[in-house]
Amino acid sequence: MLTQLEKQLLNDYQQGMPMVSEPYSEIAREINLKGFSVTEKEVIDTLASLKERGMISRVGPVFQPRNVGSSTLAAIAVPAERMEEVANIVSSFSQVNHNYEREHQFNLWFVVTAGSQDEVEQALYEIEQQTGLSVMNLPMEQDYHIDLGFPLWC
Amino acid sequence: MTLDILDQQLIAAIQDGLELTSKPFARIASQLGISEQIVLNRLQQLKDNGTIKRLGVVVRHRELGFKANAMVVWDIPDDRVNEIAQRIASFECVTLCYQRPRRMPEWSYNLFSMIHGKDRQSVLERLTDLIEILELQDINNKPLFSTRCFKQRGGRYINPDKIIACSILPLNTSLNSPLKTRHIHNDKTGDDFALPLVINHAYG
Repeated sequence: MLTQLEKQLLNDYQQGMPMVSEPYSEIAREINLKGFSVTEKEVIDTLASLKERGMISRVGPVFQPRNVGSSTLAAIAVPAERMEEVANIVSSFSQVNHNYEREHQFNLWFVVTAGSQDEVEQALYEIEQQTGLSVMNLPMEQDYHIDLGFPLWC
Repeated sequence: MTLDILDQQLIAAIQDGLELTSKPFARIASQLGISEQIVLNRLQQLKDNGTIKRLGVVVRHRELGFKANAMVVWDIPDDRVNEIAQRIASFECVTLCYQRPRRMPEWSYNLFSMIHGKDRQSVLERLTDLIEILELQDINNKPLFSTRCFKQRGGRYINPDKIIACSILPLNTSLNSPLKTRHIHNDKTGDDFALPLVINHAYG
């Protein structure tokens, strides 16, 4: 279960964090205004613990699609008996950052991210070569999502 | 969008996350041989110009109990996709909403949205609500639930070794280097969105 401090950090600091020299100290100060009594060290230790337990992947950036690098969503229709083998080949590429099995004839879905479109296409080509399966390439054409993070239950 | 070498170095330095130490920006500054204030100013510029969508805690939904996610794909007539996509994107619990090309004949869906929930049933209920409220009964859709996650991490856009190689190139060659500036687009699914959470005392 999450402590009140963990919930507060997860809830209030997804959208941004203080852009100051000592951001975790500033977070402690902000949280203490809400009735907590925590130190900078407790904030740092709590974030480190959340990270260690896998509940956060990082305190870091999310980049705007189109502005940094190049990437695409790709899918392969993998014969059921080859799923583990093919998934492992795909995951072994450093350019692949998400790789999921999904319920469809196209049952392996992955995101390829690199510095340029050429690098992305090269990775897709190599995946086809190594798996012997064709890759469906579905680059983003338009991003409609606005990252507001309304507080609600999902 | 054009990113200069310092922007690329900064992105390479923070893309896997800030250090959980008292002065994370000063650490980056000393790595890059610039002042902490320049790091903070540049990062603020990258936020202001939209390159960095947000800089903060990036949660992993599965580990927080949001165990089910469906990539819901839609086959929307081209002349309606803009209007419908905007409405889907702003529906609660929709965490991504992208238009992508069709690949006929095997793939006819042109809009991709992601819906998260505690379990499969709650995701399906959310989808039913979405279809009813937005009156999308006439739009063909398909929820693709994930059954296994083989890999999930933040995207690595810039290879730090390549920036160093680029910055020491002679001037005449660096002018045409593809690494000098970048004008490209990217994509994502999975963990790179703000997951709306609820604190009992705040929103109960």
